[in-house]
Amino acid sequence: MDLRIWKHPILEFKREKPVYIYLDGKKIKAYKGETIAAALYASGIKIYSRSVKYHRPRGFFCGIGKCSSCLMRVDGIPHVRTCVTLVKDGMKIEYEKGRGEPPTTDMTEMEVEEEKLDTDLIIIGGGPAGLSAAITAANLGVDVYLVDENPRAGGQLIKQTHKFFGSKDNYAGVRGVEIAKILLRELKKSDVKWVLNASVVGYYGNKKPTLAVVQNNRKLIEATTRNIIVATGAQEIMLPFPNNDLPGVYGAGGVQTLMNVYGVRPGNDALIVGAGNVGLIVGYQLVQAGVNVKMVVEAMPKIGGYLVHASKLRRLGVPILTRHSISAAKGKDHVEGAIIVELDEKWQPIEGTEQEIEVDLICLAVGLTPSSELLFQAGCEKAYIPELGGPVAIHNEDLETTIDGMYLAGDVSGIEEASTAMMEGRITGANVAIEFGKERSKAEKLRGEAFKHLDELRKSPFSEKVLRGKEKVWKMWRELK
Amino acid sequence: MNSYEATGVLTLEDLKDRLPPKERLEKGPVVIIECIQKIPCDPCAHICRFGAIKKPSLIDPPEVDYDKCTGCGECVAVCPGLAIFVVNFKYSDDEASVTIPYEFLPIPKKGEIFEALDREGKPVGEARVISVRRMEDKTTVVTISVRKDLAMVVRNIGRKIK
Repeated sequence: MDLRIWKHPILEFKREKPVYIYLDGKKIKAYKGETIAAALYASGIKIYSRSVKYHRPRGFFCGIGKCSSCLMRVDGIPHVRTCVTLVKDGMKIEYEKGRGEPPTTDMTEMEVEEEKLDTDLIIIGGGPAGLSAAITAANLGVDVYLVDENPRAGGQLIKQTHKFFGSKDNYAGVRGVEIAKILLRELKKSDVKWVLNASVVGYYGNKKPTLAVVQNNRKLIEATTRNIIVATGAQEIMLPFPNNDLPGVYGAGGVQTLMNVYGVRPGNDALIVGAGNVGLIVGYQLVQAGVNVKMVVEAMPKIGGYLVHASKLRRLGVPILTRHSISAAKGKDHVEGAIIVELDEKWQPIEGTEQEIEVDLICLAVGLTPSSELLFQAGCEKAYIPELGGPVAIHNEDLETTIDGMYLAGDVSGIEEASTAMMEGRITGANVAIEFGKERSKAEKLRGEAFKHLDELRKSPFSEKVLRGKEKVWKMWRELK
Repeated sequence: MNSYEATGVLTLEDLKDRLPPKERLEKGPVVIIECIQKIPCDPCAHICRFGAIKKPSLIDPPEVDYDKCTGCGECVAVCPGLAIFVVNFKYSDDEASVTIPYEFLPIPKKGEIFEALDREGKPVGEARVISVRRMEDKTTVVTISVRKDLAMVVRNIGRKIK
């Protein structure tokens, strides 16, 4: 079985030479540049692990290293996130037994590298916010080190086939994948030093802020710095319903990762839950990838996303059912169907309206929550702000947290979208340069322009909620400081 | 609540204050912009060489000066929302042409016949492909001919008939 997409209206999947990996001894064809999870999925293997107590199958859920569904044993090392680990020829993959067993490889013989480095600014996360921050700061003379845990930089931009809104000077009309390429070109031209496949596993606020970074599960980097910009993005929200843990129930980002980054068709027949911009866009992208999108259900009485995105999908014949939700997924080891139900004014299912549809893919697009873990571990003051997507680090208009020198930008500061994330990135990058007194007038000009454009973007009616949330955290920051 | 907020489908009634006047429609190709919400976006206004499309501010829906519009269709290719079309009622005696943005495979070819789909994706007739323009950014701009009474109804093509 090969679920790879070879022809796509927008994307080109350049596949390099094939390599072979072994799953419990079974030989599987993969291509260099694919992650283990994507390669397994492409060959039809959709179960990666089993729950410890009830042995329920676990599938590809987030695809970006944030959930734990795809943990497997790789070359004798337990609990490897297969969705962010690239294949290598001859790699041995095993299903874990129970909670997983200790490594069989002699750790003392493993080549473990260590590195110490010191820099002006560390940026965590190489998505639209992190890349914009890095490029801005480095071009103003700041010494920047960027860390991303994915095998490719660009965050969620690298999976967006649609053209972005915005203004002419800020990538309007350019597809997300192309914006990612522009940012990566600018990154390469700048003096930013960056590292991929690397996770920041801890913050230590000794005399100087220190971060522990693990790269490729092999190398430990101890990085000291003066400033930190956290641009870790967000993670998918789960929706409670029976069988929501079955393989085939994936977050929208996971679906996009599979089909638009690795060119693997996530299913044949899809149900999308949530008609916000993410659900509508992923629905359209699924059709581009050759998937039959049966319908989109939305619990609210109105479609949450832009009308133009909804209209694009409707013109393809995809129904959008408002006041409808999923009440259960069906299937044993994989999704085979879904039950959808109409909701009343109080969001309660209306009896007798249940209908079963045959789908093998349930794509959840019911919202995101900031990936704030590192900020909280570092000791930033936090608050639960529903308008921003949940727990966020308290920050001011300049995106400074309650820890001196620690900033945040993009979705981790409140769920918005990539265009606003890029502006927040520029603001924080310029702010750090200003703190260092580097190219002050130029930095202030860039910062001013980014603020101006951010304000313009936030005039959209869709930003009203975010702005309410932002005003709450800004006020909290002033009260704390 | 407007019905399109629940359906995702605009009706001609929703568009009535924005469409070109009847006399202009009868004169030849003209743009139909089906973008009525506040979106921070402006490629349509920048691409127009004739100054026919204005955005009072980044966020306001586009406003069209139909006397200036030549129906050239440059804006069809650049609209990120795929919400711009060109309609030509003078295409022939009994047919009108409709220009649509298209982002699927296979790329339609001149002379092929497809199902003509309305704003809900329902087949309402036949569409013959009369021109295909492949843009550098991989959007395809397809012009189809349809029965005149379908010109304001058809907004997509579906299954290939021949």
